[in-house]
Amino acid sequence: MASTRHMDARMDDPDNLVPKPNISEIKNKMFRQEMYRKMKMEKKKMKIKEKKKKMKEAKASGEKVVKQTPKTIESMRIPDETMVSAEDEEVRLDEAIDEMAGYFNMETTPKILLTTCDRPGARTNKLCKEIKRLLPNTTLLYRRGLDLKKVIPQALSREYTDLIVINEDKKMPNGLVLSHLPDGPTAHFKLSNVRLTNEIKNAGEMTGHKPEVILNNFNTRLGHSVGRMLASMFPHDPNFHGRRVVTFHNQRDFVFFRHHRYIFRSAQRVGLQELGPRFTLKLRTLQKGTFDSKYGEYEFVHKRHQMDTSRRKFFL
Amino acid sequence: MQHDDVIWSIINGSFCSFKTRAKNTQKFCRNEFNLTGLCNRSSCPLANSQYATIREENGVCFLYMKVVERAAFPRRLWEKVKLSRSYEKALKQIDENLVYWPKYVKHKCKQRFTKITQYLIRIRKLTLKRQKKLVPLSRKVERRERRREEKALVAAQLDNAIEKELLERLKQGTYKDIYNFPQKAFENVVEGEEVDVESGSEEEDEGEPESESEMEEESDMDRLQGDSDSSEESSEDDQRPSTSRAKPRKPRRKVEIEYEHETEDLSRTKLKTKT
Repeated sequence: MASTRHMDARMDDPDNLVPKPNISEIKNKMFRQEMYRKMKMEKKKMKIKEKKKKMKEAKASGEKVVKQTPKTIESMRIPDETMVSAEDEEVRLDEAIDEMAGYFNMETTPKILLTTCDRPGARTNKLCKEIKRLLPNTTLLYRRGLDLKKVIPQALSREYTDLIVINEDKKMPNGLVLSHLPDGPTAHFKLSNVRLTNEIKNAGEMTGHKPEVILNNFNTRLGHSVGRMLASMFPHDPNFHGRRVVTFHNQRDFVFFRHHRYIFRSAQRVGLQELGPRFTLKLRTLQKGTFDSKYGEYEFVHKRHQMDTSRRKFFL
Repeated sequence: MQHDDVIWSIINGSFCSFKTRAKNTQKFCRNEFNLTGLCNRSSCPLANSQYATIREENGVCFLYMKVVERAAFPRRLWEKVKLSRSYEKALKQIDENLVYWPKYVKHKCKQRFTKITQYLIRIRKLTLKRQKKLVPLSRKVERRERRREEKALVAAQLDNAIEKELLERLKQGTYKDIYNFPQKAFENVVEGEEVDVESGSEEEDEGEPESESEMEEESDMDRLQGDSDSSEESSEDDQRPSTSRAKPRKPRRKVEIEYEHETEDLSRTKLKTKT
C-alpha cells in the first residue's frame, strides 16, 4: 500500500526530508482521493499560518495593515447613476410632492384592500389571511371575477389608500400587485419562497401592536420609490412596546420580507423571534398611475434580455 | 356527368384525402364545405352534387350552395349568400334559398347556423370580460432566478442586518426611555458618535416616535427594563440576566422597587391576555 511505501521512504532518509509521494500514481481511487484531501487540508493550514505570520510582522514593524477584503458581488456592483445618497436635495424635493407624500406628511392613514386572483387556492387564502393580520387596517375581499378597473373607483370612494392583489399559479401564490390608490404607482412583484407561519419553526404568536418598519438597501432612485411604497402601507406611529418589526431587505434586487419580535438583551445584543409569514419579492414592473396594464405608463419594466446581461448589475 | 354513387363508393371504399378517423370512433370529414363534419353518404360535399353549407367569416355568416348545373365550372360552383344579422331573418333566408331542397340539408343548415350564432355571441361576451394574459415562463430563467435568490439570501445575512438596524435605532434614541441600559454602554456610544444624529434614510417612518411616548406613565429613572406587555415568548424574556448585571450599579433601594415593578408587570400581562 502507499502508506507503507511512504514509511519506507522516511526510514531510508535520515534527514527526515521526505520525498513527496506522488499521489497521482496511487491506483486505488478511494485512497488517492483521501490523500488528495489530506494534502489540501495541510496546504490550507499552511496558508493560514503564513497569513497570520505576515499580519503579525506587519503589526510589529508598524507598517499599515491592509486587511484584504474578498470581492463580493455587492462590492463589485456596477455603479448605478441613480444611486441616492442620504442627503440628496433633489430627491427630497421630488419626494415632497410625489404620490406618497400624503402619507409621509401625516395626511392620510393607510387603509388597505387585499384581494386575490380568481378562484384562489388554499395556500393563497392562508397567505391572505396572514397578511391581513399582519397589516393593520386591512380588508380582505373575495374576488369573484371582479374587474380591478371597476374595483378601484369604488375603493377610492371608500377612501382606501392601497390595493394589494395576490396572483396565483398552480395553486401557489406567485405574484403580488401593489397599487397605491389615490393615483399612486402600481408595482408588480414576483412572489417566491412563501413560508406561512405554521411552516416556520418556533414561530411566535403575532399580536396586534403596530409594527416598526425597517427598509434596508433601497439605494437607487427606483429603490427609493419602491421602498416608500412599501413603507406607506404601515401605520405612522409604531408601538415600540409591542416590539414588532417588519423588515424589507433588498439584496441584489430581491426584497426579503421578514416579520420579527425583538428584544434587547443588552445595549449590544438583540434577540429576534420570527413571527408571521416570510416571502421574497422581485420587482417586475413599476407603473405610474393606478392599475392599467395595457395603457399605463411604465416607469420600470424588467426586460430579461436587456437587463439580465450582467451578474453585477442591479436596479433596486 | 356526375355520378354521385360512383364517387361515394370510391371515397368510402378506398381513399379520400379529407377523411380522418379518430381512434375508435367514427369517420370525420375535414372538407371545409362539409355541413356536419362527419364522413357520411349524405354529408359528403364531394359525393352530393346538390349541397349547401353555412360558413362564418369574421362574424358574418354565409350560405353556400352547390347545384348540379354548375358542376362543370369549379370556379362558380359555390353560390354565396350573405345571411342577415338577425337570427330570425337569417332563418327565413335559409328557408327561401333552400325551398325545394331535401329536408336533411335544410335542417342541418339551420342547426349549423344556430351553433355558429351561439358561439359568436359567446366570443363577444368574453371579449368584454377580463382577458388574462398568459405569460410563458422560461424554465432556464426560473432556475437561474431561484439560484440567485438563494445566493442573495445567504449574502443578505438578514438576522445580522436586522439586529444591527435595531441597535442603531436604540443608540439614536428612537425608543426613548423604554430601555434603560447601564450607563457605561451609553457612554461608550456617546463618545463614539454624535447624539441625536438624524437618521438619514427618509423612507423610515421612525421620525415620529414622539407621538406615542405617553404609552407608559412610569418614571424613567426607576424602570430598568420595561417590557410591560406581550410576554408571549416568556421563555425568551430574560430580564434576569441584565438585572443581575445591573444590580451592583444601582442603589439597593432601587432594586427592591424593581422587583415590585416586575410582579406588577406580570399581573398586568395576565390581565391583558385575559382581555
